[in-house]
Amino acid sequence: MTPMVEALGIHKRFGATEVLRGVDLVVQPGEVSCVIGPSGSGKSTLLRCINHLERIDSGRLRVDGHLVGYRERNGRLYEMRESEVAHQRRDIGMVFQRFNLFPHKTAIENVMEAPVVVRRQDKAAARARAVELLDRVGLADRRDNYPSQLSGGQQQRVAIARALAMSPRLMLFDEPTSALDPELVGEVLDVMRGLAREGMTMVVVTHEMGFAREVGDSLVFMDEGVIVEQGAPREVLANPQHERTRSFLSKVL
Amino acid sequence: MTVRPDRPEPMNAVPVRHPGRWVAVAVMAVLAAMLVHTIVTNDGFGWPVVGDYLFSPPVLNGLKNTLILTVLSMAIGIVGGVLLAVMRLSPNWILSSVAALYIWVFRGTPLIAQLLFWNFLSALYPRLSLGVPFGPEFVTFDTNQLINQFAACLLGLGLNEAAYMAEIVRGGIASVEHGQTEAAGALGMSRAQTLRRIVLPQAMRVIIPPTGNETISMLKTSSLVVVIGYFELLTSVQRIYSVNFQTIPLLIVAAIWYLALTSILSVGQGFIERRYGRGLQTGPPGPSLLGFLRRRPEEVAA
Repeated sequence: MTPMVEALGIHKRFGATEVLRGVDLVVQPGEVSCVIGPSGSGKSTLLRCINHLERIDSGRLRVDGHLVGYRERNGRLYEMRESEVAHQRRDIGMVFQRFNLFPHKTAIENVMEAPVVVRRQDKAAARARAVELLDRVGLADRRDNYPSQLSGGQQQRVAIARALAMSPRLMLFDEPTSALDPELVGEVLDVMRGLAREGMTMVVVTHEMGFAREVGDSLVFMDEGVIVEQGAPREVLANPQHERTRSFLSKVL
Repeated sequence: MTVRPDRPEPMNAVPVRHPGRWVAVAVMAVLAAMLVHTIVTNDGFGWPVVGDYLFSPPVLNGLKNTLILTVLSMAIGIVGGVLLAVMRLSPNWILSSVAALYIWVFRGTPLIAQLLFWNFLSALYPRLSLGVPFGPEFVTFDTNQLINQFAACLLGLGLNEAAYMAEIVRGGIASVEHGQTEAAGALGMSRAQTLRRIVLPQAMRVIIPPTGNETISMLKTSSLVVVIGYFELLTSVQRIYSVNFQTIPLLIVAAIWYLALTSILSVGQGFIERRYGRGLQTGPPGPSLLGFLRRRPEEVAA
């Protein structure tokens, strides 16, 4: 079976700082992989490399068997055109820490935007699907509200519906609950839990250890640009093998 | 308003007195009275003359030219400004440098000089041709016929305006959070789609107020076309008072028309601002035409 995400020896530097220093990660279809680690450990950067929001400096990164951002022919790498990168990103959904909803569009317009503009879907069909998706994240009655009229938790749920509207095969979550008030975290995690149950492949950068333990199929602990430890969430959380993992977990649990 | 029994008792405090405000009102009232008095009693204003010329054909003709020059120059300026701003922000450094050079030249030289330059372009290039660079020419025009006075006015005003608009548009685009571009990109939208559908509509909120300023300023700046012998509102009244010496009344005629146009533009700007402010302020969505007349309940109660 082709892994959904296959990262081999990923390096990424911003100027003089090396943010990723040789990361290997494999995520199988249907797997929920949670990535944890202290801030600055490179976990968000790794996630952003998966849909080519950041370009990797070395290594190979494949999604569903295809190199991300590059094409390999006769042993040579060719950079993809912007339109080809855009084409690849259609199948990879992303949810941001700060939601990044389009503030000038209503909830339903946010969800319809990409299917209509990118997939050239018929407006009525896109609307029907958007209604369905907003209903699924529990916001059927909020479809005509602008993002500024929604709570953080509601905005993040719209953002999830917006990503799902493109029918992605992989969903990336970049600390989806970190910008939320504590009492709003649950509603977003509930939606994500539902997605995981339906078999969506997910890579989730998170600080929610409870979610990782309960929903995650694998847990990845990163520090200083490398994966220190990975395994079944319960085992890693209950019985960390590395000193760095132990000291991190002792601070957050 | 009456206090309902279940409400807590209101604060029955003596409000702070503001004697300074009453002094200011008194001073302003006296000044206003003096102004009205002089306007009515000083024959130098020549109100009958103002009335005679307000709708006279030469004035209306000049007004028409002012409107045409403003609308077309602003159209050139806005389209050119968006193009230059996109070039300026392009990752291609050649495009970006060309835009920077353009802005430097057109903002850095006097508009009058630019108008004169376009008018006297034929001194530099007597003929203009379409053809292969350094190769054969297909069509050739006489510069003086191709660029008449009116075209020189449009080139001068429009291309100069484009340089200013470029900076306004660039500021607007820069004001849109980078996360918006990333979110659009992550959904598979191309750079052009992102610019058109996501970034520019949000940038409009920042772009419109200074563009309104520029348009109002253009109404009056267009009077500079007098240097190349073209005419508009101000030039028309100048021609009239240079003959009949009714300088003040005719300047009042021009001022009335400029103020009228400025008022119309300000109202229009308000509408456009509300249109692009959608979703960015709380409250019911959509523009409300007479929103300022409808006071909110708590204000009525206060």
